[in-house]
Amino acid sequence: MVRKGTGGMHVWALVGALLGALMLAIALAPVSQAASPLRIGFGMALTGGLAANGKAALLAMEIWRDEVNKNGGLLGRPVEFVYYDDQTKPASVPGIYTKLLDIDKVDFVVSGYGTNLIAPVMPIVIERNLVLMGLFGLANNEKFNYPYYFQIGPNGPEPAKEFSKAFFELAAAQNPKLRTVALTGADAEFPHSALTGARENLKQAGLEVVYDRTYPPTTTDFTPIVRAIKATNPDVVFVASYPPDSVGMVLAAHEVGLQPKLFGGGMVGLQFATFQTKLGPKLNGLVNYDFWVPEPTLNFPGINEFLKKYQAQAEKQGVDPLGHYLPPWAYAMMQVLGQAIEGAKSADQKAVGEYLRAQAFDTIVGKVKFGSNGEWDKPRVLLVQYQNIQGTDLGQFAGPGKRVVLLPAVWKSGSLIYPYAEALK
Amino acid sequence: MFSFDLLANAVVAGILLGGFYAAVSLGISVTFGLLDVANIAHPVFIIAGAYAVYAVHTAFALDPILAGLLFTPLFYGLGVVIYRIYYVSFERAGEQSLRGLVFFFGLLFIAEVSLILAYGVDYRMIEAPYIGRSVSIGPIGISLRLGVPCVVGLLLTLALHLFLAKTFYGKAIMAVSQDSLALRLMGANPIQIKTIAFGLGMATASLAGALLIVIVPIEPSMGREYIGRVFAITVLGGMGSIGGTLAAALILGVAESLTSTFSGPSWALAVSFGILLLALAVRPSGLFGR
Repeated sequence: MVRKGTGGMHVWALVGALLGALMLAIALAPVSQAASPLRIGFGMALTGGLAANGKAALLAMEIWRDEVNKNGGLLGRPVEFVYYDDQTKPASVPGIYTKLLDIDKVDFVVSGYGTNLIAPVMPIVIERNLVLMGLFGLANNEKFNYPYYFQIGPNGPEPAKEFSKAFFELAAAQNPKLRTVALTGADAEFPHSALTGARENLKQAGLEVVYDRTYPPTTTDFTPIVRAIKATNPDVVFVASYPPDSVGMVLAAHEVGLQPKLFGGGMVGLQFATFQTKLGPKLNGLVNYDFWVPEPTLNFPGINEFLKKYQAQAEKQGVDPLGHYLPPWAYAMMQVLGQAIEGAKSADQKAVGEYLRAQAFDTIVGKVKFGSNGEWDKPRVLLVQYQNIQGTDLGQFAGPGKRVVLLPAVWKSGSLIYPYAEALK
Repeated sequence: MFSFDLLANAVVAGILLGGFYAAVSLGISVTFGLLDVANIAHPVFIIAGAYAVYAVHTAFALDPILAGLLFTPLFYGLGVVIYRIYYVSFERAGEQSLRGLVFFFGLLFIAEVSLILAYGVDYRMIEAPYIGRSVSIGPIGISLRLGVPCVVGLLLTLALHLFLAKTFYGKAIMAVSQDSLALRLMGANPIQIKTIAFGLGMATASLAGALLIVIVPIEPSMGREYIGRVFAITVLGGMGSIGGTLAAALILGVAESLTSTFSGPSWALAVSFGILLLALAVRPSGLFGR
């Protein structure tokens, strides 16, 4: 009897435990769903030609993620990144984003770095009606006019044109009037867009084209190109180049003695500390685009705190030690997406997309408001000149005075040293 | 735009570029041309050589070319180890053709990822007194950034040519490339000779890496850009011909430079590979092939 009675108690105890566990599971279910991570997916250039920037951008995005999670996440959910190395190969991008959406089931996607890597994502997000935050794409939405594409680079409503507009405005403002221009750039998506815009702008500046040729991205020696440009004796030289080409162009210009009155334009890479500390005074006089420089006119709230955090980790991660070029924008891109998700109070693509279209956002790179094509409603491409660089000490590039802002006037922090040769003295 | 000054400068720039191309192609000329080992990982070892030079240059401010020279014994040893693994795993079993190719493909990725882990993905550059300067001889300007690598490339080619033509081991390497069975019948060990030759090919990578970082900024994955070019030069020159490699490198360098100067740089690669196709159609064994 005792045994039977005990056995009966065991059965009831088991049933009770099961019922208790079931009730607990039901009670906890909504809580665990609410706390499930909000997943943001992307491909990023962690190897290949754009990896130096891609890895720096990833570090900036991770700083944002950690800060957001420290403050309770988004919509009460911790933020989680799912990312893959796109190897700087546009061909690998469709596979990555299909996997992110179909297998990893991410809640949002953002782009990797650069025009060439954003272009293959566009058809995928358009087909699925997804929000896409773009990181430094030049005119990726020009032909699509997709309503939920938002690009963080401040190129404005006419990105291809705006990119070089200030450069040619500066050329047009010189006295005596400048007459001829040479254009060159790499055979790739970004330089092609930049050159297309430049061809439009130079007409308004009244310049005659005396050289207009592109080169393969694998070019090793730029001296024949620079020598051919020099032979046309242009007043202005506009270059749309990727980092190694930019270095090749600057070195070749010094070797060949190319000294137009205005030289620069769209040279990617000269903004990186790695190149600044090696090229040093060879950069003097170049007039180039930029998006943020450590000048007093661009001291936005939060930017210095971000750079402090970034720079503390940069050396360990083997990325740009100053991080002035891309990292603040990668961080700002995530700030915008985060504010939109919180503002829309939803992870629904349409709700967030509409919120992004309607609202303005406070970021470490200033106030961001998108126009109808997903670019900034007002452009803020800076035209800077490298000035007074002495030696190759890294410290001089951390503060103001070496990349002074010439245009737009509202952000101006210094005056043009003209012509180019004058700044080399 | 045509002028004789421009033409002369383009030809000289092409020769300088060709000298550099010869230096980066010599390793492939030995391993692929003489030993028939398709070491497609060779360019990434050139990048590894460039990083080694960068490290030593940054730490001790040593001249990059000198640093590259100092690393040659280390790269020779690396080549010996790699060939031994390749021989034991593939060549001995007669599976060198496809599986061997996969082995070198894997090696390429492993070496590339190792460089990323060690140095990160940021671009690396060095400073040297001859970077960004030029000298003029009459109307011709010579960029020292390319002139110095060209001279070193020419000296390296000459040294390798003399080694293969004049020394016992050099002649043995030439013999093993012609008929390894006959060499075995003479009592020599072809595997040992091939190991030395492979090590020699790899040793050129550190010096070629030094030349590369003098000319352009480097990053771990850029070796892939050179795979097509170095194999094209080796094949155009004639398999196993060191002099042919130099001639082919100079031809491609000058063709690239002339195209860049006069017809638009976009055509430079197309013209180079067009020359390769044309030459192979007329002379399938390459310019100086046996």
